[in-house]
Amino acid sequence: MENQALSLAYMALWLALASSGVSLLAARTPRILRWVAMPLIGLSGVAAFGAGLWALIAHETLTATLPLGLPWMPWHLRLDALSGFFLAVIGLVTSALGLYGPAYVRSFEHGRDSLVALGGFTGLFLTGMLLVVLADDAFAFMVAWELMSLSSYFLVAFQHENAANRRAAFLYLLMAHIGGLTILLGFGVLAAFGGGFDFDSMRAASLSPGWASVAFALAFVGFGMKAGLVPMHVWLPEAHPVAPSHISALMSGVMLKVAVYGFIRVVLDLNGEVQWQWGVTLLLVGSVSALMGVLFALMQTDLKRLLAYSSVENLGIIFIALGLALLFQATGHVMLAALALVAALYHVINHALFKGLLFLGAGAILHSTHERDLEQMGGLLRRMPWTGFFFLVGCLSISALPPFNGFVSEWLIFQSALQAWQLESGVLRSLVPIASAVLALTGALVAATFVKVYGIAFLGQARSRHVRRARPSPKGMWAGQGFLAAFCLLLGVLPTQVTGLIDPVAEQLLGTGIPQASANGWLWLTPISSETASYSAPLTILLLALIAGVAIWWFNRGGVRRVRRCDPWDCGFTSPSPRMQYTATAFAQPIRRVFGLLFEIEEIRDTGADGVQRYRLKLVDRTLRLIHAPVARAVETASKRVVRLQSGHVRGYLGWTLVTLLVLLWIIS
Amino acid sequence: MSLTVMTLLEQFVLLLAALALFLSFVLLAQARLVAAIHIFAWQGALVAAVTLTVALTGQASHLYFSALLTLALKALLIPWMLHRLARRLGLERHTETLTRPALVIMAAVALVIFSYWLVAPMVEHGLVFTRNIIAVSLAVVLIGLLMMVFRQQAVAQVLGFMSMENGLFLAAVSATSGMPLVVELGVAFDVLVAMVLFGVFFFQIRESIDSLDVDRLNRLTETGEIEERRPA
Amino acid sequence: MSLTVWLIALAQALLCAALAPLLIGWVRLVKARLQNRCGASVLQPYSDLRKLLIKETRVAHTASPLFRVAPYIVFVAIWLACATVPLVALDLPTARIADIIVLVGLLALARFFLALAGMDVGTAFGGMGASREMLISALAEPAMLMAVFTLAMTAHSTSLVGVMEHHLTDGFLLRPSYLFAFGALILVALAECGRIPVDNPATHLELTMVHEAMLLEYSGRHLALMEWAAQIKLLLYGVLIANVFLPWGIAQDFSPAALALGLAAVLFKLAILGAALAAGETVLAKMRLFRVPAFLNLALLLGLLGLLSHVILEVGA
Repeated sequence: MENQALSLAYMALWLALASSGVSLLAARTPRILRWVAMPLIGLSGVAAFGAGLWALIAHETLTATLPLGLPWMPWHLRLDALSGFFLAVIGLVTSALGLYGPAYVRSFEHGRDSLVALGGFTGLFLTGMLLVVLADDAFAFMVAWELMSLSSYFLVAFQHENAANRRAAFLYLLMAHIGGLTILLGFGVLAAFGGGFDFDSMRAASLSPGWASVAFALAFVGFGMKAGLVPMHVWLPEAHPVAPSHISALMSGVMLKVAVYGFIRVVLDLNGEVQWQWGVTLLLVGSVSALMGVLFALMQTDLKRLLAYSSVENLGIIFIALGLALLFQATGHVMLAALALVAALYHVINHALFKGLLFLGAGAILHSTHERDLEQMGGLLRRMPWTGFFFLVGCLSISALPPFNGFVSEWLIFQSALQAWQLESGVLRSLVPIASAVLALTGALVAATFVKVYGIAFLGQARSRHVRRARPSPKGMWAGQGFLAAFCLLLGVLPTQVTGLIDPVAEQLLGTGIPQASANGWLWLTPISSETASYSAPLTILLLALIAGVAIWWFNRGGVRRVRRCDPWDCGFTSPSPRMQYTATAFAQPIRRVFGLLFEIEEIRDTGADGVQRYRLKLVDRTLRLIHAPVARAVETASKRVVRLQSGHVRGYLGWTLVTLLVLLWIIS
Repeated sequence: MSLTVMTLLEQFVLLLAALALFLSFVLLAQARLVAAIHIFAWQGALVAAVTLTVALTGQASHLYFSALLTLALKALLIPWMLHRLARRLGLERHTETLTRPALVIMAAVALVIFSYWLVAPMVEHGLVFTRNIIAVSLAVVLIGLLMMVFRQQAVAQVLGFMSMENGLFLAAVSATSGMPLVVELGVAFDVLVAMVLFGVFFFQIRESIDSLDVDRLNRLTETGEIEERRPA
Repeated sequence: MSLTVWLIALAQALLCAALAPLLIGWVRLVKARLQNRCGASVLQPYSDLRKLLIKETRVAHTASPLFRVAPYIVFVAIWLACATVPLVALDLPTARIADIIVLVGLLALARFFLALAGMDVGTAFGGMGASREMLISALAEPAMLMAVFTLAMTAHSTSLVGVMEHHLTDGFLLRPSYLFAFGALILVALAECGRIPVDNPATHLELTMVHEAMLLEYSGRHLALMEWAAQIKLLLYGVLIANVFLPWGIAQDFSPAALALGLAAVLFKLAILGAALAAGETVLAKMRLFRVPAFLNLALLLGLLGLLSHVILEVGA
């Protein structure tokens, strides 16, 4: 009975590997990717989802040992509530890919790009992510982590004819390696105190507060780099958009969550005593990431890049919630910590769902119009109704609007932040509301961003010829989107069930859950008590539907009910042409002006040789210049120094070898 | 909570102190000079009202006098002098371009939290009511100093200085029910003299560098790059 | 018992929708009198709505299905938001469905669709209105949440009923935080309802309009729904401000006398607020668009100071 969850997880791993193996044949028969490899990915996702759900419901810890790895250190696997939850997240998005992928990879069949690479690395990528979540020792974790990073590097570099893509992939590889290194060091610190590389001995170790903070800092930098927190985010908006869209969905929707998983595992599970300073750090970095991420997203005109920046923002929100959890945990309010953790995890799964959905939508647009630039789009809702409808669901969810899922997690985060009055320290009591103010500002800006995206891309009139001729996307593609959209609505309408499912994770990590959340029946979500706050999502949507029905009936009875089509009025000016519409850049202009401080903006207006006025806008990420450029310069200077060793004389090299040998012998003696 | 056990007058003191803090913020972000002078006058009136309210709670009768003094000096005389000065300097319509106002406001918010943190240990002495007011007064003082740092215009700097004095006075009145009358008179006189001196100085500054932008007063450096920095 | 309670809730929700045009009519009348005009009857907005409802509805060729759905969503979301605010009686089940954050969320939902509808036809004005609306809301929404958080931190509850009950049991207290939150909410209400320093509801002056620009293409019953929704929104903010800060008079049980008193009290409060709004609109001029952020930053600052002064001045320990 209990091993069935684990065998389902094995099945997910095997299916992912099989998909990877089958893809080797795609060089000869390209169709195999569409008919076999992608469905296998989907099945693997279903199996992973099943395994995760099983582990969450059964709420038991299953362990296993794999005959892999080093002779004295076999790989340990473990499926507990935390890994179960993240398995389910991975599984959900991957299942949607099983529906969406076949139609999408078809467009690559006649291209020059290698299908073997695409299919093979997709399978490996999925295997890596599943293994990271299941790993129970640092060795297996790091191998799986690097497998995930490397295979996703090849997927980012998939269309490598384009120099920009190669650059993005290199940047990604660089950041992934630095991140991997710090994670390894973090594990090193933990292992040194625990006396072994398996997680059990790390858990048993007792670290001094100083070393615990070192381990925390290393883990935070390493996982934060992968999660794309500001200021370590620069690779993310470069790398995510250039991968094929279904891979972008995996990277943004799932891989970032794997980083969150690693962070939670190390800090809340392995690292022992939590300190409140960590919580404040997380609150700070999370707030900055959320705000910067959304502002940059708002300024973008490349759809996929915009979505990538929005991932930075969402990860910021998740880390704000995690920061609250750490803060409450460190000050002894375990119940509130559990609430904040549940809110963070709720947002994890929400972001996986709607970001996956939106990236799939962007992929569908790319598939039909070969266009990523918002300035060329317009009127797509009438061309691609289903894609447009599901994309709207994604926009509503990500903008945290009731009754969709994004709202529930944001509501939970606000609720836990508003319990800050229970904290003893007055300074913390005043810091937490400020973080929630940033969150509120972020939420409003996200809505502005996605009004822009949807209004420019799907509404209005087409701004270019190829967009005007867009064809509806194939059924499989919108089925994949519909799958995720359905879950977006489901998680928005049944929050009590979802918090009930997430609860075991909080119980496992913090020793207590939030039983009172569903204490008043499934209709009412009451995170603290029914007096403090209650939200009834089912009733909200019921009433919305009911009033809408009555309103439609009421306003459509009697009188002249026919709707007559006519030309747009537009204050009586001449009939508007598509070029007279607001552009994406124009839409963001007021907010760009208000928050201009954060960007380096260069506006160029010139008159070309043909006498046509042109306007160009250049927007640079300040963190690039302030933080990354100095680091890059320092590295370059350092390497120039090191280059002097490279004298070209063989005897010189041998001399260095001798010196090194002597020093080493001296050290170990 | 503490508020429910306070008398109405004590609550009123808190309210006035909070409003004084708010006016400090407004003063910090106000670009128009004349409007800033008016806000300063209102802050003075608030401080006078605080003094009057504390006097009404019946702790010290000399506070009536100092309330009157504050009102006359801070809310009427000094603003009037500043106003006259602005008129004679031709600055009635002067609007300063603030550099990064949002950042300055954020810094001021941080100062409020900081001063709260500073006075938090006072809770051991059991004087919650006092501590709260002192946090606010300290914040008013610090924001006044912040204003002097961030403003280039000399008159605005004087406003910052004067609002610092408001904060100090607020702390003195609410924490120890006022300083001895002699000290208070002395301080009041000092402020008045300072005001007169400032007025004289402004004319001197403007005569010598033809501007009231304090960033121009930068010749006293060790670098000796006087030639480059001479005002255009 | 529970059925009567639900019936009262339903009646209160219907009352919201029914009262909204009256409030607008009252504001317009007071404004006209202050400007030495006769002004139309207070009931004029009802006639306007009726006329729009029976007129033919026209939709541009270029509009998508969203254009025709949006008025219903906007109307329904705002109405539901308004129905959750205690108007006459305090402890109704509708108030438990949604707390203040959900209320803000519902308003955001309505705004999202309003802005999308503005962009749908593909005219320059629509996009302009949507862009400006999102700018204003981006600053107004956090200010509103800050004000609301101040109340929620004081009452230890985000439910409006909880906030009002806490206020009623505490009696009259001079809370600095409430004063700041009150100021913030007033500024936000002015911005969100498109009243004068931010937007002028009375003109279609092309380059200054925000709310009207998004409605330009609507006609007939669609326009009626949008207008009605805007009126309900004004009523919502009025009730929110009146009942949260001065909850006295609201019915705490469901006896007919208490309900009648509650209705009279809320009508009285709304009449005062409406007159104040009219007076304000008479003496103030509309701001340039890029002065609006400064206006809303003031609201944000007030909200933030409200939170801080709550933490610093009002919490004992």
